[in-house]
Amino acid sequence: MRVVVDRDLCQGHGVCESEAGAVFAVSNKGVLVIVDESPSEELRSQVEAAVKFCPTHALRIEED
Amino acid sequence: MTVDVGLREPPRVSGGVGEHGHLDELRVDPIGLMRRVREECGDVGQFRLAGRDVVLLTGAEANELFFRAPEEVLDQAEAYPFMTPIFGEGVVFDAPPERRREMLHNQALRDKFMRGHASTIADEVEAMVKPWSESPSQEGTIDLLDWFAELTIYTSSACLIGRKFRHELDRRFAELYHDLEQGTDAIAYVDPYAPIDSFRRRDEARLGLVELVQGIMDRRSAGPPATDEDRDLLDVLMSIRDSDGTARFSTDMVTGMFISMMFAGHHTTSGTAAWTLIELLRHPRELDAVRAELDELYAHGEEVSYQALRDMPRLESAIKEALRLHPPLILVLRVVKEELEVEGFTVAPGKLVGASPAVSNRIAEDFPDPDAFVPERYLEPRNEDRANPWTWIPFGAGRHRCVGAPFAMMQLKAIFSVLLRHWDFELAQPPDTYRNDHSKMVVQLAQPCTVRFRPRAAPAALAATPGAPGAPGTAS
Repeated sequence: MRVVVDRDLCQGHGVCESEAGAVFAVSNKGVLVIVDESPSEELRSQVEAAVKFCPTHALRIEED
Repeated sequence: MTVDVGLREPPRVSGGVGEHGHLDELRVDPIGLMRRVREECGDVGQFRLAGRDVVLLTGAEANELFFRAPEEVLDQAEAYPFMTPIFGEGVVFDAPPERRREMLHNQALRDKFMRGHASTIADEVEAMVKPWSESPSQEGTIDLLDWFAELTIYTSSACLIGRKFRHELDRRFAELYHDLEQGTDAIAYVDPYAPIDSFRRRDEARLGLVELVQGIMDRRSAGPPATDEDRDLLDVLMSIRDSDGTARFSTDMVTGMFISMMFAGHHTTSGTAAWTLIELLRHPRELDAVRAELDELYAHGEEVSYQALRDMPRLESAIKEALRLHPPLILVLRVVKEELEVEGFTVAPGKLVGASPAVSNRIAEDFPDPDAFVPERYLEPRNEDRANPWTWIPFGAGRHRCVGAPFAMMQLKAIFSVLLRHWDFELAQPPDTYRNDHSKMVVQLAQPCTVRFRPRAAPAALAATPGAPGAPGTAS
């Protein structure tokens, strides 16, 4: 799977960072950094939670 | 600038023949006016507000253009002249998205602070219901506007400024703050300092708040210095000094900052809490579904935690539906900086452009049975909020979407986690007499708006949980 962020919508709340810290990080400027763009399957439930609970619906998963 | 002969002025809505155009109608029945714009003109239509044209956009296509427009095209800062006397000169009303992102990051609204906020809010609700538990009958009546307005002063000050500051406040702060919110008459579009009663009270209230904050600052200056554990935003602001040793921020500026920080989250959350409760009491089956969800989630007496609050589809849907039907902001405005083209119409610089949550949230094509309270519309598979990102707009949309929305949603869930698990409520007026007062730009419940409370006729397992009326520990 691949993680995609819509930069127009992301406000840097950091929910994804709380849900899947191995995949998402929010910089000191509040900018989302995707640390791992193609996370392994074992992280799937964490990444799905990040997508589901993103307050601005800025994230989605694309399947390979 | 190119002139396209194919583009036209947006059509004008009927009425508005008085000196200030549609101002008088906006002050009496703004939703009626805005609905008529859509009925008569379609997605793009104009009304007249005190010497300015307001181009009202409704529907997904026009709203998307509105919410995606950059600051260079649609500017927010000048669109709300009624806010300047409330915040004070020099307090920034809005910032570009990059700056907002930076501010959010450094602020109490970030996700990692939400856990602490969830328990802070639960504690504030417990404190507000404590007198109910301690009264002999444990029954009574509350006015929803007064009660939720006071509660949300405490929750927002505790979460955004600090618990220490919150405990230096009492009802007086909430009452003065209410007068500020009432000082938002649309006459401000003619003159923000017009000699009318609500503006006089607004200015007196702001002075009163400065005085309260000054008293708090004086007591802090006289007392021991703040420790690392209890240092809050006020301590930080008081400690910042210019090179000559004088305080950087005057009491007036500090008060203005606090007023502006709390403003967006106060009347909005307070009103939504009230409307969620009113709608649940009007729809007992929905209330039962929400309570069943809460009972299951808190079956083992768990504390109100962020983790628990995250996933509450029934309560969240009820709140979303209250927001759709009774959006706290009915009209959001921008000033046109560069000529704009919308659905074949041209909008000239200098005009105001508006989007209306009150109108767009009830478009029947997007929200079937639009005037009915139907929380199911947010459950799988309908997901009507996600499916209509440009017309389900109680929080706005896109670049300017309310950054406090996740905090607000968490707060409302925490409030009802405490209230609905331990108390029964009942409308104290005929159900159709609850309505909003639209005479000010800040919409609030019209009084009277009372409900009765009594201890919940609860499953036995719940009677001993913390915060339950009569439970050990609550009457200390």
